[in-house]
Amino acid sequence: MTGAEIVLRALRDQGVDVVFGYPGGAVLPIYDALFQQNAIRHVLVRHEQGAVHAAEGYARSTGKVGVVLVTSGPGATNAVTGLTDALMDSIPVVCLTGQVPTHLIGNDAFQEADTTGITRPCTKHNYLVKDVDRLARVMHEAFVVAKSGRPGPVVIDIPKDVQFASGPYVGPTEVRHKSYRPQVKADLARVEEAVELMAAARRPIFYTGGGIINSGPLASKLLTQFVRMTGYPCTNTLMGLGGLPASDSHFLGMLGMHGTYEANLAMYHCDVMINIGARFDDRVTGKLSEFSPNSKKIHVDIDPSSINKNVRVDVPIIGDAAHVLEDMIRIWRAKHKRPDPKTLRDWWAQIETWRKRDCLRYTRSETIIKPQFAIERLRDLIRDRDYYITTEVGQHQMWAAQFIPFEAPNRWLTSGGLGTMGYGLPAAIGCQLAHPEALVIDVAGEASIMMNIQELSTAVQYRAPIKVFILNNQYMGMVRQWQELLHGGRYAESYSEALPDFVKLAEAFGCVGLRATKVAEVDDVIREMINTPKPVVVDMAVDPHENCFPMIPGGKAHYEILLGPEDDVAEATPEEGMVLV
Amino acid sequence: MSSTTESIEKHTIAVLVDNEPGVLARVIGLFSGRGYNIESLTVAEVDPDQSLSRITVVTTGTPMIIEQIKAQLSRLVPVHRVRDLTEEGRAVERELALVKVSGTGDRRIEALRLADVFKARVVDATLNSFVFEITGSSDEVQDFIGLMRQLGLVELCRAGVVAMSRGPAGF
Repeated sequence: MTGAEIVLRALRDQGVDVVFGYPGGAVLPIYDALFQQNAIRHVLVRHEQGAVHAAEGYARSTGKVGVVLVTSGPGATNAVTGLTDALMDSIPVVCLTGQVPTHLIGNDAFQEADTTGITRPCTKHNYLVKDVDRLARVMHEAFVVAKSGRPGPVVIDIPKDVQFASGPYVGPTEVRHKSYRPQVKADLARVEEAVELMAAARRPIFYTGGGIINSGPLASKLLTQFVRMTGYPCTNTLMGLGGLPASDSHFLGMLGMHGTYEANLAMYHCDVMINIGARFDDRVTGKLSEFSPNSKKIHVDIDPSSINKNVRVDVPIIGDAAHVLEDMIRIWRAKHKRPDPKTLRDWWAQIETWRKRDCLRYTRSETIIKPQFAIERLRDLIRDRDYYITTEVGQHQMWAAQFIPFEAPNRWLTSGGLGTMGYGLPAAIGCQLAHPEALVIDVAGEASIMMNIQELSTAVQYRAPIKVFILNNQYMGMVRQWQELLHGGRYAESYSEALPDFVKLAEAFGCVGLRATKVAEVDDVIREMINTPKPVVVDMAVDPHENCFPMIPGGKAHYEILLGPEDDVAEATPEEGMVLV
Repeated sequence: MSSTTESIEKHTIAVLVDNEPGVLARVIGLFSGRGYNIESLTVAEVDPDQSLSRITVVTTGTPMIIEQIKAQLSRLVPVHRVRDLTEEGRAVERELALVKVSGTGDRRIEALRLADVFKARVVDATLNSFVFEITGSSDEVQDFIGLMRQLGLVELCRAGVVAMSRGPAGF
């Protein structure tokens, strides 16, 4: 078998049905092998960054590994942002990159780049396969590494001569990594300790993240079961939305910088925090020294390096979320744990007073479309549909997170860790190809969407009827918000000058373009978008000056959360907070 | 975390890794990328049959940072084992250095005499120079170098720390 055939066979044996890629000189043998088979579908993107994001969208919405195929040099360097995004959000991706032939490596050959060197810090692991005899083994190992433990991107760099060379094939079952064995089952003594702590809690809170989603749907099911069993409140991180059904009465909404008042205050005042699959990210903790100062902290994470990285915890538990939840539930039951109802009622009463602040309210308008209003209408009109939401990065992303409810995991795909503008459109394409019948919407901003707008062409080519819902406020809204609140209203370069006509742009690509400029048009445009069985771009002209609240200013603690424009952010931001991003 | 108020500790960490291209770059990249210190680093293959190398790294940081370093090292795919020799008790730590001293007369004689005191070996000699090989703890090596500086040290090369736990148990 040639190296190229080994690659294709290994992909097939790994259950891959779609590959996102872009051909080039150094991967031609693999493309040739692709051409001669029908099991694996290739989706041609328009930029390699789009290929990785599309693979991420596919992976996040299916729980499977996303696969990317790009050429050497610029193909690989263009993929770097996507790889970093996948690393930060722990998304399983295998990225195959072509490389110049082995005898030319290091010679500054045409389209040569030190791909393994460049991608070393932005992948979970990477390989340069110089010997075709190792190729099959490396292919299978890469899939194991990408999806096991804390998932992440893996790069396999394959020189062109290796793709041509003949070598042996081995199947996936024959490959076992020498040393890589992530711990999935937790230390039971620790779990028992956690259960004891939880049962005695007076003001408990579940704080759960992407680890619940990555673990698989079972983890969400168990979490929901455990939350209902205990009656404890639960908040999700941006990555963890959908881990607990949003309609569940125990759900406090998202926490963090733009999270809800009740979630953040409950985190601040809790006495026992049960963190499952979240990593105490700076967007979540705010000022570390004042982060939930009086609580005992339980931290369940599959990655030992997440433990005690930012926040010192009392009960560290290393293991997979579903496994740990299973143990927790079993022990809770076996020990007949029942929290004191009176204490818990008091805690909920306190939370209800915070909830009553109705922190997501905004000033409605008859004359201008408020971005929150547009999102609310979107939410209400897609309510009965089988929907998936992707986003770009910025204000629109936060509003989508705040307003759109997710009843199940794997339906909310957003760039959390890296905050990559340009993520949403390719991710939506990857998601739509995995779920052809679903309604896949990229909630976007007019600035973000321009970063990977070329992928509209991909959507048209593959008849992926994605919807791009642009909240067009003519600004890089989050940048403008920070400039307004923290830099004296000096809007350096944040105005979206010379914007294209998005309706015409959509039409030029072969999509349908729709526009709403008046409040009265919003519903009709959204309905038409939903009912159009083609890729649609909606240009929603929203209030350019709206800011995203609640907001915890940089360097501030949870209790210092600001609820609206009447709270002065500049006043509230300490000098040391200004340097934080 | 208020790591600034915690004390800075020096730890010697032994890491068993697959001897494959790029593995050292991964380890070094982890330190540079996350802003950790490397005071000394040595690496060599220790098991040719299984193609394993052993890295000894001396690093400094707060207890929380040291814990992070070990966790981060452990999660690298080609890493088999990570052991904190400092935490496990007094480890045997040795360093080798080559020290070239140039001079004549009394200084030359004094250098040779001190080398004898420190049990340094002469591995090269000319009429006006010596190359000494000294092995010992980092402090001993440092002391010897300090003295040689005053007696005509012209070139220095240190191998970095290698370390091993005491007692009968293996790695």
